Amino acid sequence: MIAILATVVRRDVRLAVRRGGDAATVVAFFVVTVTLFPFGIGPEPNLLARIAPGVLWVSALLSATLSLDRLFRSDLEDGSLDLLALAPCPLIVVVLGKVVAHWLTTGLPLIAAAPLLAVLLGLPWQGFGSLVLALLLGTPCLSLVGAIGAALTLGVRRAGVLVALLVLPLTVPVLIFGVAAVEAAVTGLPAAPHLMLLGGLLLGALALAPWVTAAAVRLALE
Amino acid sequence: MSGIADYLAMGGYARFVWPAYGVAAIVLVVLWVLSHRRHRSLEASVRALEPEWRREAP
Amino acid sequence: MSWHALASPARFMRYSTRIRPWAVAACLACTGAGLALGLFASPPDYQQGETVRIMYIHVPAAWMALFCYTAMAASSAGFLVWKQPLAEMAARATAPIGACFTAVALVTGSLWGQPMWGTWWVWDARLTSVLVLFFLYLGYIALAEAFDDPVKGGKAASILALVGFVNVPIVKFSVDWWNTLHQPASVARLDGPSIDSSMLTPLLLMALGFTFYYVALVITRIQALVLERRVRALQQAAAGM
Repeated sequence: MIAILATVVRRDVRLAVRRGGDAATVVAFFVVTVTLFPFGIGPEPNLLARIAPGVLWVSALLSATLSLDRLFRSDLEDGSLDLLALAPCPLIVVVLGKVVAHWLTTGLPLIAAAPLLAVLLGLPWQGFGSLVLALLLGTPCLSLVGAIGAALTLGVRRAGVLVALLVLPLTVPVLIFGVAAVEAAVTGLPAAPHLMLLGGLLLGALALAPWVTAAAVRLALE
Repeated sequence: MSGIADYLAMGGYARFVWPAYGVAAIVLVVLWVLSHRRHRSLEASVRALEPEWRREAP
Repeated sequence: MSWHALASPARFMRYSTRIRPWAVAACLACTGAGLALGLFASPPDYQQGETVRIMYIHVPAAWMALFCYTAMAASSAGFLVWKQPLAEMAARATAPIGACFTAVALVTGSLWGQPMWGTWWVWDARLTSVLVLFFLYLGYIALAEAFDDPVKGGKAASILALVGFVNVPIVKFSVDWWNTLHQPASVARLDGPSIDSSMLTPLLLMALGFTFYYVALVITRIQALVLERRVRALQQAAAGM
C-alpha cells in the first residue's frame, strides 16, 4: 500500500511539474494578495507588522484553495479517476497520495515564499520560526480539507468559487490557531500550545478527510 | 396616550427592540410566502401535465 | 404506522397535508401567547431594562438555528445510510429555514449587543461559530443547487452537512470553553434554568412557536421538492413519447 501511495504521489507531482503552471500560479497569487494590503491599508510599518500574521495566513489560505479545483477534475475528465478507483488498493490511499502531491506542489512553495513576504510586511524576526512551523502544520490541513471540497464539487460544471465557499468555513480553526501561534511568538509568549493544537487538527484531518473525500469521489463516479 | 407612547419607546431602547422584532417577522414571513408560492406553482405545473392528479391520492 | 409507511412520497403527501393545519394553528397559538407575554405581560430586566425583550426572539431563533442544522445532519445521515429519498428532501427543505433562523439570531443579537455591550459585533467564540454556522448553511444550499442532477446534488450536500456538524457542539459549548463576551447558558444547563419563570415562560412559548413554524414550513418545502421531482419525471416521460 505504501508503494501505491508513493506511485500516486510521484505520478501527480510529475504531472504537476510537467504542467508547470500550478506552483508558480499559486505562489504568484500569494505574493500579489499580500502586496495588495499595503496598497489598501497604507504603508505604515507598525500597522503592517501588527496585521502581518493574519494577512499572511489569509493569503496562504486563499492561494491554497485556488489550486484545489484541479485536484481531481483533470483525472475525472480523462477517465483516469475511474481507473484509479478500480485499482486493487483502497480509494483512500489514492486520495491520500493526491493530497500529498497537492501539498508538495502548492503548500511547500507557499511555505518557502512566506518568510520573504513576512519581511515585506515587517513581521518581527521572533515570529518567523513559528510562521514556518505553523504553515508546515496548517497547509497539509488545508490540502486535506480542501480535497473534501474538491471531491464534493466534481459533478458541478463550473465549481471554482463554490469550492472556496465550501472549504473556507471549515478551515477557520486552522486559521485561528495558525495566526495565534505567530502572534504568540511575536509578543514573546510560547507558541507551542497553538502549534500543538494545529498538530491535533492535522491528525484529525488525516484521520477523517481522506475517508470523506473517497466517499465523495465514489459518489462523483457513479 | 402617553402610556402607549411610553410603551413604544421601550425605555429609550425602541430603536433596538422594534427593529429586532421587525427583522424576525419580515424574514420568517417572507420565507413562508416564498415557500408557499413555489409550492403552488409546482402544483399548477403537475396539474397541467397530469390533469387527474390530486395531492391526497390514495 | 410503521417507519416505512411514511417512506413513500405519496403517503408522505397525504399525512403531511393533514398535519400541517394543526402545526400552523399551534404555531400561531404559541407565538401569539409568547409575544403577548414577552412584549406586554413580562417585566423588564433589572439590569438590561426593556432590551431584554429582544431575548424572546434572539434565543429561540438561535436554538432553532442549531436544531435545524442537527435535523439537517440527521436526515443527511439517514439518507446516506438508508438511501431514503425523503430524508434527503427533508434535509434540503430544512436548510433555508435554518439559514433564516441563523440570520435572525445574528441580527437580533447584534441589535441586543449594541445597547448591552456597546458594540454591534465582537469576534468571540460564540458569535464567530454562529457566523460559521450561517456560512455552512449557505454552502450546503449552494452545493445542492449547483448540480444538474438533483439526486447527486443531494448526496454531495449530505456529505457536506455531516462534515459541518462538528460546528454544532462548538457553537453550543463555545461560551463554556472560551472567554466570551456572550453570556453563558442560562436555560439549557445541567442544573436547570437560572432565569425567572416570568421570563422563561414567554421564552419557551416562542421556542415552541418557532418549532411549529418549522414543522409547518418544512412540510410545505418537502412537498414542493416531491412535486418538483414529479414534474421532472412527467416532463421526461412526455419528451420520451
